[in-house]
Amino acid sequence: MDFGPYLVLASLEGAVQASVLALTAVGLSLVFGVMRVVNVAHGEFFMLGAVLAWVVATSIGVHPALGFVLALVIAPVLVGAIAIIADVLVLKRLNYDPENTIVATIGLLYIIQQVTLMTYGPDARPVEAPFNQRLALPWPEWGEGGLTLGWPWGFGTTSYKLFVIAAAIVLLIVLWQLMSRTKLGLVMRATQLDREMALAFGIHVDRVYAFAFGIGAALAALAATLIVPIQQAHYLMGADPLLLSFIVVIIGGLGSLPGTVAAAVLIGMSDGMISMFFSPTLAKILSTLLVAFVLVFRPQGLFGTRRA
Amino acid sequence: MTEAGKSLALNAGVIALLIVLHFVLPAYHHGNLARIMVLAIYAMGFNFAFGYGGMLSLGHALFFAAGMYGMGLTMQHLDWPAGAAIVAGLLAAFVVSTAVGFLALRTAGVQLMIVTLMFAQAGFLTVLYFGEWTRGDEGFVIQQSERVLAGVDLSNESTRYLAGLLLFGACFVFMSRLVQSSFGKVLVAIRENEERTRMLGYDVARYKLVAFIISGTVSGLAGAAYGLLFGYVGASFASVQYSILPLLWVLLGGAGTVLGPFIGTLFMFYLIDISSGFTSAYLAIAGAVLVLLTLFARQGIVGEARQRWLPWLP
Repeated sequence: MDFGPYLVLASLEGAVQASVLALTAVGLSLVFGVMRVVNVAHGEFFMLGAVLAWVVATSIGVHPALGFVLALVIAPVLVGAIAIIADVLVLKRLNYDPENTIVATIGLLYIIQQVTLMTYGPDARPVEAPFNQRLALPWPEWGEGGLTLGWPWGFGTTSYKLFVIAAAIVLLIVLWQLMSRTKLGLVMRATQLDREMALAFGIHVDRVYAFAFGIGAALAALAATLIVPIQQAHYLMGADPLLLSFIVVIIGGLGSLPGTVAAAVLIGMSDGMISMFFSPTLAKILSTLLVAFVLVFRPQGLFGTRRA
Repeated sequence: MTEAGKSLALNAGVIALLIVLHFVLPAYHHGNLARIMVLAIYAMGFNFAFGYGGMLSLGHALFFAAGMYGMGLTMQHLDWPAGAAIVAGLLAAFVVSTAVGFLALRTAGVQLMIVTLMFAQAGFLTVLYFGEWTRGDEGFVIQQSERVLAGVDLSNESTRYLAGLLLFGACFVFMSRLVQSSFGKVLVAIRENEERTRMLGYDVARYKLVAFIISGTVSGLAGAAYGLLFGYVGASFASVQYSILPLLWVLLGGAGTVLGPFIGTLFMFYLIDISSGFTSAYLAIAGAVLVLLTLFARQGIVGEARQRWLPWLP
C-alpha cells in the first residue's frame, strides 16, 4: 500500500478511538464541571459498562443484534445507578472535598475492579457486533487513462466502525441539546456556575450532583458498550481510557464540554496515527508529559479561558 | 516528663522493641518486618510532603523507582559496588524530585495530584520503553554475591533485618528531629495557612520545594534499600499502585505523625497478607480501607490516638 491510503486508514482508526474517547471524556468533564471533583474511578465505570454489556448480550438468548441493542440501553443505566449509589453513600458524606474525593474514588476504583475480577474473572471476552460488513474503499489513482479509482488490497473499514463514529456524534449532539435546551441542563449549568446561588434559588443541589455523577458514569459505560465489539471486555481495561480522558479533559480545559470534544478528536486522532507510525509507549510518554506541562504552564487548558 | 522527653522515649522505645523482635520473631514474620521497615521509610518520606507539608502527590513511585533504578542500573551495567550504587540511587532520587518539585509545585491541590501522577506515569512508561536495559515488567535480580556492603552480606536474613532496622531507625530519628525543628514548624504553618505564613515573611515556595525534595530523596533511599536488601528491581515499583500505597499507609497510620507511617505500613501489610490467603482480589480490601478511612477516620490510627488520649504524640 502507498502512504496515502495508509494515512487514511490510520485516521479512520483514529476517528473510532476519538469518538469513544470523546464520550468517555465528556462524562469525566461533566462531573468535574458540575461537581468540581476529579473522579479517578471513571475508567472503572467504563470497564463496568463493557463487562455488563457482555453479560447482557450473552445472557439474553436472542438474536445477537437485539442483545447488543439491549446492552446499549441496560449497561449504561446500571452503571449510572451504581455511580449514583456511590455518590450518595460516599461522596456526599465527604462534602465533595476535592482531595478526599480523589482518595475515596481511588478506593472505589480498586473495589469495582477487584469485585469484577472475583465475579467476571480474568478473561477478556468479546461481544458480537450487530453488523460487521467489510467495506472496501476506493482510492483515486493517476494511470494511463487519466484518473481512475483503484481498490487497494486491505484498504477498507467495517460498517460497525462507521456506526461507532456516527453514534458518538449523535450522542454528543443529544447531550449538547440536553445541556443547552432542557430544564435539567439549565439546572446543571446553574449549579456549575454558582453552587450557593443555585441552592438559594431552591435547586436541589444534592440531586443535581448525584444525577451529574450518574450521567458521567453512564456516558463512560455507553462508550465502552460501543467499543466492546471491537475491543474485548477485560477487568483491567479501565486504565487506558482513564488516562486518556484525563489528558483530554485537561487539554480541553477542565469543565468545558466543547473544549473536551475538540481535544478528544485531537488526541484520539493523533494517538491512533502516532501509534501506527511510532512506538505506542513513546506516544504515551509524550502525551502524559504534554499534560503535565499544560497543567503546569497553562492550567486553564489549551482551549479553556482562565476563570476568575 | 516534658513533651520532648516523652517523644524521645517513644522513639527509643520503638527502636528497642524492634531490636527485641529480631530475637523472638519466627522466621516468616521476621522477614515480613524487615520489608515493612524499609517500606515504612518510603511512607515516612511520603508523609513529610503530605502529612506535614500538605502537598498530596500521587507520583511518589517515581522517586522510589528513581532510587531503586539508580542503585540497580549502576550495579547491573557499570558493576558499581553496593555502597556507591546506593549513593547513585540517592542522587537519582534527589535530581528527579528536584526537577519534578520545581515544575509541579507551581500548582497545588488537585492539579498537583494530577501533575505528579502524570510525571510518575511518564517515568513508568520510560522504564518500559528502555526495556533493553531495565528489562521492563520482568525486572532483574541483583546477584547475591553483589549484595555486600562493607563486608556484610545483605542477602542473609539476619543482617538484612538489622540493616533495615539501622536505616529505619536513622530515618525515624531524622524525621522526628526534622518535624520538631523550626523548618518543620514553618512547614506545618504553611499546611495550615499558606497565605498567613507568606504574610509573616516566610518564603513559602522555597520551604515547600525543600520539603518536597527531602520527601522525594527519602523515598528514593527506601527504593534503593529495598532493591538492594531484597535483590529485585522491577517496573511494578514505578507503577501507579506504588504511588497509592504510601498514601494508603500514611492515611491508615495517621498523616502528620512521626509514628503513623510505620503503624500504617504494618497494619496494611498484614491486612493484605492475611486477606490474600482467602482471595486473589485482595486489592479490594485496600480499596475498602481507603473509602472507610476517608469516611470515618481521616486522622488514621495514630492521629485518632493523639486526639483522644495522647496529645503529646509527635
